Amino acid sequence: MTEKCELTLTINGRRHDIRIDPRRTLVDAIRDDCGQTGTHIGCEHGVCGACTILLDGEPVRSCLMFAVQAEGRAIRTVEGLAKGDVLHPLQQAFIDNHGLQCGFCTPGFLMLATGVLEREPDISDEDLLDVLSSNLCRCTGYANIIKAVHAARDQMKASSGAR
Amino acid sequence: MKPAPFRYHAPKTIEEAVATLAAVAPEDGRVLAGGQSLVPIMAFRLARPAHLVDINGVTALARLAVDGDKLSIGACVRHAAFHKPVVDGPLGALLSKVVRHIAHYPIRTRGTFCGSVAHADPASEWCLVAAALGAEMVARSAKGTRTIPATDFFRGIMTTALREDELLTEVRLPILPADTRCGFYEFNRRAGDFALGMALVTYRVAKGVISEPRVALGGIEAQPRRIAEAEQALVGRAPNREAFVAAATAASAAVDPLEDAVTSAEYRRDLAGTVTRRALEQAAA
Repeated sequence: MTEKCELTLTINGRRHDIRIDPRRTLVDAIRDDCGQTGTHIGCEHGVCGACTILLDGEPVRSCLMFAVQAEGRAIRTVEGLAKGDVLHPLQQAFIDNHGLQCGFCTPGFLMLATGVLEREPDISDEDLLDVLSSNLCRCTGYANIIKAVHAARDQMKASSGAR
Repeated sequence: MKPAPFRYHAPKTIEEAVATLAAVAPEDGRVLAGGQSLVPIMAFRLARPAHLVDINGVTALARLAVDGDKLSIGACVRHAAFHKPVVDGPLGALLSKVVRHIAHYPIRTRGTFCGSVAHADPASEWCLVAAALGAEMVARSAKGTRTIPATDFFRGIMTTALREDELLTEVRLPILPADTRCGFYEFNRRAGDFALGMALVTYRVAKGVISEPRVALGGIEAQPRRIAEAEQALVGRAPNREAFVAAATAASAAVDPLEDAVTSAEYRRDLAGTVTRRALEQAAA
């Protein structure tokens, strides 16, 4: 038998003390043990990207990590993007550009794009296309997602320059 | 699906890691590095290791450094480390070009170079790099350390010379001379998919003709390897289309291609020639 592990996950700055099996994937722990259901589970083998989160600022597939591996790391999920009632520029850009329909893939796309734009605010359209090819969307045909991320990149750059 | 239960071990030092591996290897204990291949395999229940030895907490394994004429890549160095050239000259440029073909961005932030080499998928880009450039694999167990040359290391589909109690602590790549010309061409149906075929070539030009050519193929056969027939077709010839076509034809004839449900051996044989020629043209450009 395997022993349960007691650990603390830090999600969007809030600590969650949980007791889990080592085989618990990070995405299951985030959703079921910490109650943060904004992160979605799609394929559970790293192909679809619906479960993409930020781990110490880097986009990762949370279905391809075990929760025990995330102790002491800063986890960010879609719940942490908006500041109160004010949406994150990426969230607003997805609405403005019709970058979502059913919304299942959206949290993954938002976290992927957030992580990349924070690291590389000047990323080229070509490199962004390569990044966005990581995740699957079955509704939009991608064009509006790409448009939304371009718009958010330009807006985030403009507002950081204005400060 | 969810992975089957296992016991989790998180060593902090290499010594502790190999001691743990020695203890659990007979019970199907496995090393967990980036987990970008192992975890999906466990989710499908194709693997049900009883123990996982997670090496992510072993800080000594995160080393990426130039040691003399070699680039040493530690077991915890992630694919994403190569997005920007890690060394000046052709080697760093080549690695930064190749890395963009490995799965997708969020996989590259987590998956590791050495994990990919130890996993030895025939379609692995890093395995092709290791075979083409003649990498040295450093394997460590509780009994000691040995260095395995690439020609000895890859033994077939997901099969290597590593013993079950050995940890691949480091892969060493030769620093390429500044005038080395490199080309890499991969074919797959969608960006980020497993390669159906890929070629990595390097050569130098002396007095207008090709010297020291390396032509290696991945994704075509069970393991990546250099194709001597294609290299012989290049030596002493001017780097032009005729020479490249001759090398491509030789490569195509020399391979023993894999076959699967959607890709025939005949298709892969043809692809072997095409990727070889395109990689050579890229090196010449």
